Amino acid sequence: MEGFFAQAIIYILAAIVCVPIAKKLGMGSVLGYLIAGIVIGPYLLGFLSEGEDIMHKAEFGVVMMLFLIGLELEPKNLWKMRDLILRVGLSQVLVTAALVFGIALALGFSWRISLAIGLSMALSSTAIVLQSLKEKNEMGSPTGKLSFGVLLMQDIAVIPILAILPLLVVSGVQTTGGAGGSGGLIENFPGWAQTLFIFGAIGLVVLLGRYAFGPLLGLVSKTKLRELFTASALLIVVGIGFLMQVVGLSPALGTFLAGVILANSPYRHALETDLDPFKGLLLGLFFMAVGATINFSLIAENTSIIVSATVGIILLKALILFVIGRSKRLTLPENLSFSIGLSQVGEFSFVTYAFASQLGIFNVEISDFLMAITALSMTITPIFLVLLDKVILPKMIKVEKNDRDMDEIESKGKVILLGFSHFGSTLGRFLRANGIEATVLDYNPDQVDFLRKMGFKVYFGDGTRLDLLHAAGADEADILISAINNAETNAKLVHLCKENFPNLEVMVRAKNRYDAYELMEMGVTNIYREHLDTSIRMGEDVMKKLGFRSHTIHRLAQNFREYDEEALKILVQYRNNRKEYISKVKSQIEMQESMLSGEMAKKFSLNDHAWDSDSIKKSLNSEKS
Amino acid sequence: MRKVLVLFAHPKFEHSEANQVLIKAISDLEKVEIRDLYELYPDFNVKVQKEQGRLFESEVIIWQHPFYWYSCPPLLKQWIDLVLEFGWAYGPGGVYLKNKFIMNAITMGGSDTAYSHEGRNNYTVEEFLRPFEQTARLCGMKYLSPFTLKGTHRIGGEGLNQKAEEYKNLILQLRDSENLDSLNYIR
Repeated sequence: MEGFFAQAIIYILAAIVCVPIAKKLGMGSVLGYLIAGIVIGPYLLGFLSEGEDIMHKAEFGVVMMLFLIGLELEPKNLWKMRDLILRVGLSQVLVTAALVFGIALALGFSWRISLAIGLSMALSSTAIVLQSLKEKNEMGSPTGKLSFGVLLMQDIAVIPILAILPLLVVSGVQTTGGAGGSGGLIENFPGWAQTLFIFGAIGLVVLLGRYAFGPLLGLVSKTKLRELFTASALLIVVGIGFLMQVVGLSPALGTFLAGVILANSPYRHALETDLDPFKGLLLGLFFMAVGATINFSLIAENTSIIVSATVGIILLKALILFVIGRSKRLTLPENLSFSIGLSQVGEFSFVTYAFASQLGIFNVEISDFLMAITALSMTITPIFLVLLDKVILPKMIKVEKNDRDMDEIESKGKVILLGFSHFGSTLGRFLRANGIEATVLDYNPDQVDFLRKMGFKVYFGDGTRLDLLHAAGADEADILISAINNAETNAKLVHLCKENFPNLEVMVRAKNRYDAYELMEMGVTNIYREHLDTSIRMGEDVMKKLGFRSHTIHRLAQNFREYDEEALKILVQYRNNRKEYISKVKSQIEMQESMLSGEMAKKFSLNDHAWDSDSIKKSLNSEKS
Repeated sequence: MRKVLVLFAHPKFEHSEANQVLIKAISDLEKVEIRDLYELYPDFNVKVQKEQGRLFESEVIIWQHPFYWYSCPPLLKQWIDLVLEFGWAYGPGGVYLKNKFIMNAITMGGSDTAYSHEGRNNYTVEEFLRPFEQTARLCGMKYLSPFTLKGTHRIGGEGLNQKAEEYKNLILQLRDSENLDSLNYIR
């Protein structure tokens, strides 16, 4: 198959066919893409043969994913994880590398080859693990946090690994330039200069993230051209990736760093929204490429060796991870999904294999074997995970479940607040004072800047854009508040939520009763007319100043407000019939006036004799006479 | 099967483990309705007609509340003041509650010994509950001896679950058993 379109059609078609099937079977998208890759790969349908090429290009999806993950992780949270990353992550990398090294030595490989294999095999697949954790919504769970810590350490470890490999080269073999990013353009400089460049590059990323990206995005967002914003987002990620490659660092790590720095910026959700489709497509492509690179003829010829090596490495890695999980006090089910989840060999290993081959450490045969083992392990572990989630864990969790339902009262739901003008900010302050941090979106860049300076966490974005609502977490949120002062926008928003987030409770600010009618007709039940409470409260104070007793007035005001809300529900039915509406309104107003007329409580509600002894006196008198 | 109405009043339910466990034990029982008064009327604006309607439909009524200063929390008193109206609950024509059963179910920090003539509270729980008893009597209701969960400051875990089970069984008995006159109530 030649030509870009034909290629694109094959990939997309394979993904569209396989991924939904995999999802239906509860396997997650990663496995779906892998299978799609196998199907269109050289050993089944034979549509493509250059899996590796594509894989190297699609690795950029991993880079993007780390940028997006960084966006969700604020620096202070990263700092909190330092112990996890250093101690847990480092021990995993070192112990696994050492054990694999030992086993390879025992199998009769030279120490150079063994060390290279050990270091490569210590890495797990960031792409697979994080993608499935996200799909299962487990990033915040103990399993998710520990997995993330280990993966992050592994990403950091890529740097020293790529630095060590050239040292293993038997003198005399010519290196043919850096693969996989190591060395890059600065490899001809002396060591101290290279180090200087590396720190300079990291510093540059931090500085750009702090001071340059924000204003750039602000400038672009003022043009209100969406594609320009997307382009700028891409520029940031590609630019940092390139910079990292030049100094020989892992691009994924660089963009992750940039993401963390931008996590505090108001453009966080807008960036997520715009980059997410690119990440998804590239990652999908990457997984398909992995599937396509599995060399089935090699596996067929050496079935026993490759299968036993694959199973062996998975078991070994899982065992080490299990011990680590144990020491971190994970429960058994958590520990199983942690250790099995991370037990595959990762995508960075492809890079190190290629690099080691170029350096002449591996010959073609070893490299092919390792590639097959790695790709196979990446395919098998998602299957293990599905089995674990669907078959084993449900049984275990049933036993461990205890009755703690009552805790729900303490748990706080997730809230999204749209519009942060005076109305929204008062609301937001009240919520925050009670420990509820709403995700706030506003569409005015200047307003966002100003409020940020005041210490509010506000994000820039148009709340009526579906993808942005997704990024702000509307899928998991319980409540969406619209404090927007525009009936049209609110109507649009209500429709959008009804269609896409049927479980989201929508609470809407309405300007007056006419807006309220519109919303009621759309089926909104939580409507807040902005003037209602304030005007009644003011009325209460007026009457107090006129000498009425406070508590009586307070009760009447409560009744009045409730009455007004009830009346609204009746009046909405007569709205389109002009004449009837007017007469209805008239009678409603008469009722309201009677509430406040001379005899107060008694006349308003015939049943309200609260603390009223008149009737008792009357009855006593009639008994006497 | 009788209809049971639990009028529950606790101003800070989320912090009361004892009441959470008790309420949980009797939730989702058929024909047992729990009305969480502080949730329904945070503004103390008790809807009299609505409450009277619910009372009229029920045969057994429970006032479940913590024992604050030897009495109930203010919203339950507000409820009594407003709902048990002259001419409806008592007095001429006030016949709508006649022969219904009513009971206090209370939680208290103090122990059994504290609530005795020798203890530091000087009176028994029944004596403190006299106003409720007489309120019931004036309305022609049968006042059952109270269910009490004492020593909530110390009780926990198993002891609490056991009491909750006891409470549930009592409510089931009030709902199901043929003749309640055998149950101890103050005449």
